[in-house]
Formats: sequence, structure tokens, C-alpha cells
Amino acid sequence: MTLGSWLALFVALIAAAETARALRQRGLKHERWRRFFRNRTTSWGLSILVFLVTIAIAAPLVAPLDPIVQPDPVHLKNLSPSWTFILGTDVFSRDVWSRIVYGARVSLGIGALGALVAVSLGTVVGAVAGYYGRRVDAVLMRGVDVGLALPRIFILLMAVALWDGLPFVTLALAIGLTSWFGTSRLVRAEVLSLQQRDFVVAARALGAGDGRVIFRHVLPNAAAPIIVSAALGIGNVLLLEASLSFLGIGVAPPRPSWGNMIADGASSLYTAPWTTLFPGLAISLVVMSLNAVADGLRDALDPREEAM
Amino acid sequence: MTAETPALLRVRDLKTYFVTEHGKGTARAVDEVSFDLYPGETLGIVGESGCGKTVTSLSILRLIPEPPGHILPGSLIEFEGRNLLALPAPELRAVRGNQIAMIFQEPMTSLNPVFTVGDQIAEAAIIHQHLSRAAARARAIEMLRLVGIPDPEERVDHYPHQLSGGMRQRVMIAMALVCHPKVLIADEPTTALDVTIQAQILELLDRLQQELGMAVLLITHDLGVVAGHADRVVVMYAGRVVETAKTDELFEHPLHPYTEGLLAAVPRIDALPARARLHAIPGQVPAATAWPTGCRFRPRCPHAWDKCLTEPPLLESGAPGHTARCWLVTEPERRQASR
Repeated sequence: MTLGSWLALFVALIAAAETARALRQRGLKHERWRRFFRNRTTSWGLSILVFLVTIAIAAPLVAPLDPIVQPDPVHLKNLSPSWTFILGTDVFSRDVWSRIVYGARVSLGIGALGALVAVSLGTVVGAVAGYYGRRVDAVLMRGVDVGLALPRIFILLMAVALWDGLPFVTLALAIGLTSWFGTSRLVRAEVLSLQQRDFVVAARALGAGDGRVIFRHVLPNAAAPIIVSAALGIGNVLLLEASLSFLGIGVAPPRPSWGNMIADGASSLYTAPWTTLFPGLAISLVVMSLNAVADGLRDALDPREEAM
Repeated sequence: MTAETPALLRVRDLKTYFVTEHGKGTARAVDEVSFDLYPGETLGIVGESGCGKTVTSLSILRLIPEPPGHILPGSLIEFEGRNLLALPAPELRAVRGNQIAMIFQEPMTSLNPVFTVGDQIAEAAIIHQHLSRAAARARAIEMLRLVGIPDPEERVDHYPHQLSGGMRQRVMIAMALVCHPKVLIADEPTTALDVTIQAQILELLDRLQQELGMAVLLITHDLGVVAGHADRVVVMYAGRVVETAKTDELFEHPLHPYTEGLLAAVPRIDALPARARLHAIPGQVPAATAWPTGCRFRPRCPHAWDKCLTEPPLLESGAPGHTARCWLVTEPERRQASR
């Protein structure tokens, strides 16, 4: 590690802690955000996420070495953590820390993009099915049943087989397009119960059309479960990306993702456990942080707590 | 309210049926209901729960959930010469909230919890008059002032849960009246409110009706409300209109035994003896899937005789502007006989 990258890392840590603290400070003024920060773990989760996003964005500053170039595969391979290589080196002599930093870009990017696609699609399909009901509902929901019945890995394998060295965005899209089924069921159920509510009938009595009723009156009231499912969805997509990369059909090496780092290190699990341990830790950390944040969001957005 | 002025809203032979789950039958919730609403008047529709009042009001704006409900062909709901039942969806939406507006029973659940009241009041103005956000907000403040909410500039940014029940009902009224509709349908506007607030809301409706010159269809189960605020009354029972009259006429000379029963059931502070039991109509409204044959009120009627079992009575005129669906109107001597 060079002095510069230590400094950058230090700055990233401070920035993350400071952002979380500032948000908390501001948030305490609003009832809703007070509920969000009520739980300590939520603050921790948020800080960790901010930290990881910061180092992902500032990767060239934080990473001391190139994540792809192999400096000396003979003498520098599988070195244990030291002051030079704080998380050790992998089987190809690359700095694990630098690869985790650059891998954060890929993994978090795919997580966010995939979850965005999944939640948008799931929300629209669920809302349409729930709102129009009858035949539309039957057709869409049977489609969802099929989607849920097929193993996701299998669908993705088929999709991936069509491409050679799947581009980043395509991979995120492919994961997103196979991850929306659960969300659509959730949204459909919400819409079914919401559209019976008096204020939806009242909106129609005011002359609001279908689009306006769905997007202004029904969906905003389903925002809480949708946002929570988005937060959890990022974690799921991340895990899926890791599994795919581990199977060798996700992010193509040498580009680092947390998943393919684990795959690379799997063969030297006994001799160099740090090559798998740290990316694995990163994945767990993100998923746990997202769960904590999702919990906080659930508390903050629950309309049943609104009146209190 | 004279016969010469054309009716603003004409309802003729309205039939709204619901198909019940698993095809167990058809609930004839509203069956051949007819009435007229004239410009500027208040028409009260009264009846027990389950007699079809709310379904009638929802049918006017075609807000019945379809399925399971459907309005049968042959029904007519004519507003300013146009049959609302035949209007294409976009034209119908242009009537809703703009020409005919509605307020609902439950102010607690009829407001969208995630938007400020200002947003919700402005909504109809944005939909129908394409106002800008700023203009719509100004209109919302103006409406809040009109319905008597203090500090409208501040209240406009409040969420429904920050308001009391009475305030919310005022907001509902403001929402309905934003576009100055010609007809306001008030479906049990005061049922969910306590009595003092009830009186305030009804006074507010009376005042707004005077100021804006609209016709009000006041749906309620409370004869007290009707007595003080309606010009004419339609009494409904079992999905049918059983009596129509001017309010005073109805209270002084009720023709239908059901109306008599309702009037007798109103608690009176001057009743003698002081500890007498409150009068009740025996039995309850039968299920809408199986109305009794003949007269639908027969099983609960103190005067019923064999004719009532077989022949459904027609709406007969007892006095000018006063009709009732009862054989007693044509055979008044039966009334004495059964006493």
C-alpha cells in the first residue's frame, strides 16, 4: 500500500461515517427518518454501504495496484496479508485489496442495475395484473408461476450461452429480467387490496383515469414494500452474480468481481484462504447492510406507524 | 322544483345486480329505481343499511366494480340530456368530479394517506381544468377557506392523518367542489362523525349549496338529517323506491308502512311515557339474492294481506307529488281493518 492509497482509504472511511452522521442529524428532524435511524444497525448498514460505494467510485485512488496486471506470478503469488499487500495476493500475484475495490464497481453496479430492472418490471407487471384483474391477471400470474418454477440459474445459463463473454450491462439485464417474479406477486397483492380502498374509489369519482389512479393513488401507497424489496433485491442480485461468476458464466475474468474472485481463489482455499475470505466477507457485509437498511426503511415507511 | 323546470338528473328503471361468488345467485341490489333531481334542490334518499342507497349513488357515476356488479340494459341515468350509462370512458371521466361530484361516508379512509390535502384538492382542478401547479395550489387554499378550515395556507400542506375527522370531511367536500359541479352526491356524509361535527358539516353543505347553486343528492339512514336538509325525499327499501314525497308531506302523511315504521323508530325526547321502549320494525332487510315475492316489505308489514303475497305493488300516487309502492294507497280501508 502506498501512502496515497492509505490516505484515500482514510478519507473514504471518514466520508462514509460523516455522511451517515449528517444524514442522521438531518433526519432526526423528520418523524419518518427518526424511525429509520431508530435502530443502531441501520446506521451501521448505511455507513458500510456509503463506504463501499465511495471506494467503488474512487477506485483508482483507493486501490494501490492495478487489479488486472499480474506483477510476478512466480514470486508474488498467494502472499499472505502484509503492509505491502494488506489483504494478500491471489494465485496470479494480484493485490486482493485492489481487486476488491475494483470488484465493488462491478458487483455493486450489477446489483443496483439488476435490482432496478427487476423491481421496475415487477412493479409494472404486478400493478397491471392487480388493477385490471380477470384475464389480464390470470395470464400474467400464470407467466409468473412459470418463471418461478424454472430454476433461475438454468434460465440464466441459457441466456448466457447465447453470448460470449457477457457484457456487464447485458449480465445485469439478464439477472434483472429473471428476478422480478417475486416483486410482481408482492405488488399485485398490494394493488388488489389498495384498489378496494375508499380513496381509490374517490379518485375515480373525481374523474381520474386508470394511469393516474395506478401511479398516483395505488402505487405510492405500496411504496414501502416495493422499496424494501428493492433493497433486499440488490443483495439477492449480488449473490446471484457471485454464484454465476463462481460457475464461470458471470463476469468474465480477468475483470474482477467479488464472485469470480472467490472462484479464482477456490483452488487455493487451504493454502491462501485470504483470496476467498475477503471477497466473501465483502459480499456478506453488503447483504447484511442492505438487510439492515431494508429493516430501517420498513420501519420508516410503514404507514401504520404514521399516526404515532 | 316545479314540474316545468327540466330535471338535471333523471334516473329511470335503474337495475344494478351483483353476481355472487360461486354463482349462488344474483343480488338485485338496485331494482327499477327511478327518481328525478332538479337544479338547486336537495333530494334525500333514506333507507336501512342494505337497501341499495349506496349502490344507487355509485351507479350514477358508474363506479360499481364490474364484475361482480353490472347495470342492466334498459336502465337510464340521464344528466343534462345525456345518458351516462352510454357515455364512452373519456367523456364519463369528464363528467366525474367536474359536473357530478361525490363525497363518501368515511373521511378517515377516503383521503389518500401519502399526499397532502392540498394536492388532493387540487387534483380535480388539474384533471379537468388543466391548471398549473401554482394555480391549483392557490385554488386548493381558496377551497379550504370556503369549507371553513382555519389557517388554509398552512393546512394545505398537511397530510390527512394530521387532521381530525370533521376536518377531513371538510377536505373531502372541498375536493368534490373544486370544479363547481352541478350535482353533489353526498353518501352518508355525516355517519362517521360525532353529532356536533355532523351538524356543522350539514350546515356547511347547506351554505355551499346556496352559494354555488348546485343540486345535492343526500343519502342517509338518518331521518333527522333528511328532515332538516332535504326538499324532497325518496325512501328506499329492498332495492326499490317505496315512497317519494316532499319532506314535510312525508313526515306528516307517510303512505308506506315502512316509512311509518322508520318515523316511529326515531327516538323522541318528548315521547310519553318517558321510559317507553323505542319502536322497532320487526325483522330485518332480507338478503338481496332472495327478495320476498309480491311486496318486498310484506314479511315485516303489520298490514299485509294475501294480495301482498302475490302481486308486487306499483308506485301509486296518493297526493300530488307523493307516490308510494303499497296496495294501501289504492285500498286505504285495509289500514283500518288491520288495526
